[in-house]
Amino acid sequence: MRALWTLIIASALTACATTETPQTQPPAGVEDRAPGTAPGTQGVPPKPVTGVDLTGGKPAASLADPLRDPSSILSQRSVYYDFDRYDIKDDYKPMIEAHARYLRENGGVKMLIQGNTDERGSREYNIALGQRRAEGVKRMMMLLGTREEQLEAVSLGEEKPKEVGHMEEAWARNRRSDMRYPGEY
Amino acid sequence: MSPMRNLLAAILVLFAACSAHAQLSIEITGAGAQRIPIAIAPLAGEAALLDASGATLSAIVRADLERSGLFRGLEVPRLVPQPTESSSVNYAEWRSRLADALVLGSVAGRPDGRFEVRFRLYDVLKQSAIGGVAYTLSRDQVRATAHRIADYVYEKLTGEKGVFSTRIAYVVKRGERFELQVADADGANEQAMLVSNEPIISPAWSPDGRRIAYVSFQNKKPIVYVQDIVVPKQLIVANFKGSNSAPAWSPDGSSLAVALTRDGNSQIYLINPDGSNPRRLTRTAGIDTEPAFSPDGRWIYFTSDRGGSPQIYRMSATGAEAQRITFEGGYNVSPRVSPDGNSLAYVTRNSGKFQVALLDLGTRQVQMLSDSDLDESPSFAPNGRQILLATIVGGRGVLTAVSADGRVKQRLTVSAGDVREPAWGPLIP
Repeated sequence: MRALWTLIIASALTACATTETPQTQPPAGVEDRAPGTAPGTQGVPPKPVTGVDLTGGKPAASLADPLRDPSSILSQRSVYYDFDRYDIKDDYKPMIEAHARYLRENGGVKMLIQGNTDERGSREYNIALGQRRAEGVKRMMMLLGTREEQLEAVSLGEEKPKEVGHMEEAWARNRRSDMRYPGEY
Repeated sequence: MSPMRNLLAAILVLFAACSAHAQLSIEITGAGAQRIPIAIAPLAGEAALLDASGATLSAIVRADLERSGLFRGLEVPRLVPQPTESSSVNYAEWRSRLADALVLGSVAGRPDGRFEVRFRLYDVLKQSAIGGVAYTLSRDQVRATAHRIADYVYEKLTGEKGVFSTRIAYVVKRGERFELQVADADGANEQAMLVSNEPIISPAWSPDGRRIAYVSFQNKKPIVYVQDIVVPKQLIVANFKGSNSAPAWSPDGSSLAVALTRDGNSQIYLINPDGSNPRRLTRTAGIDTEPAFSPDGRWIYFTSDRGGSPQIYRMSATGAEAQRITFEGGYNVSPRVSPDGNSLAYVTRNSGKFQVALLDLGTRQVQMLSDSDLDESPSFAPNGRQILLATIVGGRGVLTAVSADGRVKQRLTVSAGDVREPAWGPLIP
């Protein structure tokens, strides 16, 4: 059973990181990636090391990788929104610009933008809303010179809450777009 | 894709073998205005034919009828000799027990090891037999046969189809595990169609009740699948760039309406159940999603934010003549048309709470059906008498079945899990 799941996951994530690389350090006080807060990861059997190049032609991530350096703006990945809104607040523009520059300078690297919503309202409307959020980030990055082939926007709707809870504090953390590089989803 | 499919099929087969525990339990509150008092006498000989939980046919029939909110089952003392469908009925005695209706019957073993159940339904007030049926069944068909008897009684006494033999689908989240489950309408016989470590949402029954379309995140994004309920194999219907979701079957089963983002924002498309021939129905700059066909197939109701806030619209099934349906409130989503096409259930935000409302499409009157904070996913019973919805009680996901007049509520819960995304299956001929 475990072996089958491993195979499934491996074949599903063909271009995907599978090593035990530590997750990118989130901005202090905003994100919480403590084990168990990301549904869908617990209980998944360990992913096999497949040797897939995670950085699109460059050597596998090293400690010097700016994407994983907490002091680099590139280690920040999340845009947060108000309820039922998808406009990007000015606070997040420097971060998006930095990622757009990184993708311009690393033309082989791809990014998956995942749109998320809080739990209120319908699951399906939230899929559409999360998509709109992700598309907004994608569009801004394209305006900043990133090629469309490097970007895919998908929605996780309300299905993958970063924080489980039925109050505004949890909801606010769950209304966001995450910019993820290969190996991070 | 095909090695992938084979692997998934293998997984599904394995999971199909390890279900059947922790089924839904049901709690009923409220009562219909006028419940028909009915006496369902123990069927002579039924003690030899119990279901897996030890319940008798007459007990299951009574529980079914009471769950509808339209019947009150009367206590029947042990009668000697036990009356059967061929006994002469002492109407005065049953009238003295305040019964308006009466069921008598018997169970007999057959030489081939199967059983024969015979019953007759009586109108005690008119002092006449309404009708009766005989069924031949094996030992594992006790519940199914009891549901058939309850359907017969319900239809004869109310003039509407009973839904006791129908099935429901729903999603259970247990820890980090998601299960797409199918169960009898009373919550018994739960069986897993799909088990995954990634979310599953939006199950939708095909009109013939043989397949379920749903959205699974198993490949890290929403993809629409169709699966036969007895063949453990997933077929991909829509897996385009971006998100693929919100499947709804056309009434003739020939196509599915889905929400796709392959051209940018969420828009509504028709697609064949085998994934062929996608064609775009809406062309707006905003969000269009949650399509739902009218029972006659002429209209598609859907959610759109084209007017600035999410509201319900309808268009012809070819995508023309879109018109707005909801006007009150700033958030109206998840339209579901009643089986008779006369009303629309949907989710509305009401003072910050998300609740299910019922709109009479003729009179435009709105009735609130639920009163919690986070209600969603309404689904009509195929006779239109009840609406199944998902809600949160005490921090846990549960299902509630509300009668269409709002009076009777049943709560369906699972142990140690959240249950959500209900979809009531069609009548089975």
